[in-house]
Amino acid sequence: MSPTRDEQHWMYRNMVTSRRFEEAIAKIYFEGKTPVFNMANGPIPGEMHLSDGQEPVAAGVCAHLTPADVVTATHRPHHQAIAKGVDLNKMAAEIFGKATGLSGGRGGHMHIFDPDVNFACSGIIAQGMGPAVGAALSRKMQGKPGVAVAFVGEGAVNQGGWHEAMNLAAVWNLPFVCVIEDNGWGISVAKKTASAVASNAERAAAYSIPGKRVEGNDPYAIYDAAGEAIARARAGEGPSLLEFETYRLAGHFMGDAEGYRPEGEKDALFEKDPIPKMRERLKADGVASEAELDDIEAQASQRVDAAITFARQSADPAPEDALTRVFAA
Amino acid sequence: MTKPNERKLTIARSMAEAIAQEMRIDPSVFVMGEDIGPLGGVYGNTRGLIEEFGDERIRDTPISETAFISAAVGAAQDGMRPVVELMFVDFFGVCFDAIYNLMAKNTYFSGGSFKVPMVLMTSTGGGYSDAGQHSQCVYGTFAHLPGMKVVAPSNAYDAKGLMTAAMRDDSPVVYMFHKGLQGMGWLGTEAGATVHVPEESYTVEIGKAKVVRQGKDVTIVSLGMGVHNALKAAKTLESQGVSAEVVDLVSLVPLDRETIRASVAKTGRLIVVDEDYMSYGVSGEIIASVTEHDISVLKAAPKRVAFPDVPIPFARVMEQYCLPNPDKIVAAWDQMKAA
Ligand SMILES: Cc1ncc(C[n+]2csc(CCOP(=O)(O)OP(=O)(O)O)c2C)c(N)n1
Repeated sequence: MSPTRDEQHWMYRNMVTSRRFEEAIAKIYFEGKTPVFNMANGPIPGEMHLSDGQEPVAAGVCAHLTPADVVTATHRPHHQAIAKGVDLNKMAAEIFGKATGLSGGRGGHMHIFDPDVNFACSGIIAQGMGPAVGAALSRKMQGKPGVAVAFVGEGAVNQGGWHEAMNLAAVWNLPFVCVIEDNGWGISVAKKTASAVASNAERAAAYSIPGKRVEGNDPYAIYDAAGEAIARARAGEGPSLLEFETYRLAGHFMGDAEGYRPEGEKDALFEKDPIPKMRERLKADGVASEAELDDIEAQASQRVDAAITFARQSADPAPEDALTRVFAA
Repeated sequence: MTKPNERKLTIARSMAEAIAQEMRIDPSVFVMGEDIGPLGGVYGNTRGLIEEFGDERIRDTPISETAFISAAVGAAQDGMRPVVELMFVDFFGVCFDAIYNLMAKNTYFSGGSFKVPMVLMTSTGGGYSDAGQHSQCVYGTFAHLPGMKVVAPSNAYDAKGLMTAAMRDDSPVVYMFHKGLQGMGWLGTEAGATVHVPEESYTVEIGKAKVVRQGKDVTIVSLGMGVHNALKAAKTLESQGVSAEVVDLVSLVPLDRETIRASVAKTGRLIVVDEDYMSYGVSGEIIASVTEHDISVLKAAPKRVAFPDVPIPFARVMEQYCLPNPDKIVAAWDQMKAA
């Protein structure tokens, strides 16, 4: 399955928007945190897990989804949120902890919730799995169209909840796809020291469902594999397990010195940065001209700038609002 | 009091030192957890251990808390003394069966024929906008369930001695360290937590509270970060002519009710400070421990300064609104006086 010209433009636009967004967040994150790094300070406090380098997975998968489909994400959710169409202004405001944020500042960067596009998060590893499987169950029970996709990191597959949810999806034949973003690292722990299985596609056999691993962090190959799995789910043929090799160009979180990475690994990854690679391919294939690409990039920057400005200019929540919304109104 | 040329350590370093010293003399001690190897722990409390003891005894684990915590139970029952780290206490949700149904109950279920000598160390606390899955204390949740000792150091001296005591204890000990006291690279540290720590190995008794400031008008009881808030409030109160006594619980299980009761019997007033949720928790337990024993010692209704019963919000203004702080403790005194 190959993306159409429009889809390719959408994917590139999306990846660039995501990267620009992370670049903007990264810069602002250090405001108030230098010369002495203290996570509590600055306009964006708390942990910050950036998705630089992992954009092809989000774009290649979400190219097949509509707002009605369900996505659950992780502690590293920005690229997936952007690809799913989460409101960028409100998301930025949430990351700044502003009253205009998606959750009025209650959730922050690890808890991005947007009902308009059926997007939700959890900062607890693998805990997006159950809710996505449950959404798939709900669609089936209600006879409503739509699939559910859980994005997880490769570290999540060793969590008990991951297996339980996979089996449930399989035994009930649910419209569910698990997408593993394999960036090789769970904080400082390398995949090979944590997982007994090199390719998580093999784990699909444990649930008698299709499993596929795609190397190379290539948006086209990701698009292809995701398209097949999502079409299968839509057709009522059950869940699939996908593992995509991807690259974490940032630290685990901001402030991570990354001393655990082998010498030179980071430089090699930057050379394989998927965004310039896709740009080259779009041009080489004659799918986008230099001018079109420049235009896409300029628009992406504008959108991000507008979102950041919106977030910065928004008011803080009223402190006592902390006590509201604990229960449904 | 620390003298000028005495060695001061952070809690992070004192924990690592205690573990290293015990590992040198006790081959059954080993460490498991996420990122506790080459990284030295997200909180720096295992730094240097893998270099000295190697990856057989310092084991980075997969993100499989149920597996490695219940494996620690099995290893402890089989003659080892594991120290395991649950990176954030908030993650107990994925592995609590291993903790409260196995670790905490196997001694009892076996009529004492099995011992479970293990330490579960875990970080607590917020105040740095990490939101409601990475900022909780849940002290009361752990202390509520029988079968595990629970300690929470407020400074590096206690941190080292409690860790050594915990590793030598034949029962499971939950060791809860507050991120804001830890002294690690990525977060500010309450200055009062970094204190003189002797080089040699020593223990701090589990189950014994400490009166860390003498006073006669009111007793402020707290643990972990709350002790520092209490001490700051006591200073403010002193400038207003009020003499506050501060009790550092140090240990939640066993709970040193004697020390609390003796202090309140002296002062006649009680304020409990707890960063955990207000209801059904430590603050209620402390007050009950006093009132059910002898309500006549109280000159005023007790007060508590604790986290309101809401998930911990991300936004700084909201989180700070909820957290205990010295001003709220002083305000509690003012209300107590006015009443
Ligand atoms: C149950 C649980 N255990 C541990 C953590 C702490 N933690 C946060 S991210 C992370 C590594 C996750 O690795 P992976 O799933 O591969 O995702 P990545 O960070 O690489 O995107 C860990 C251990 C957590 N959030 N939840």
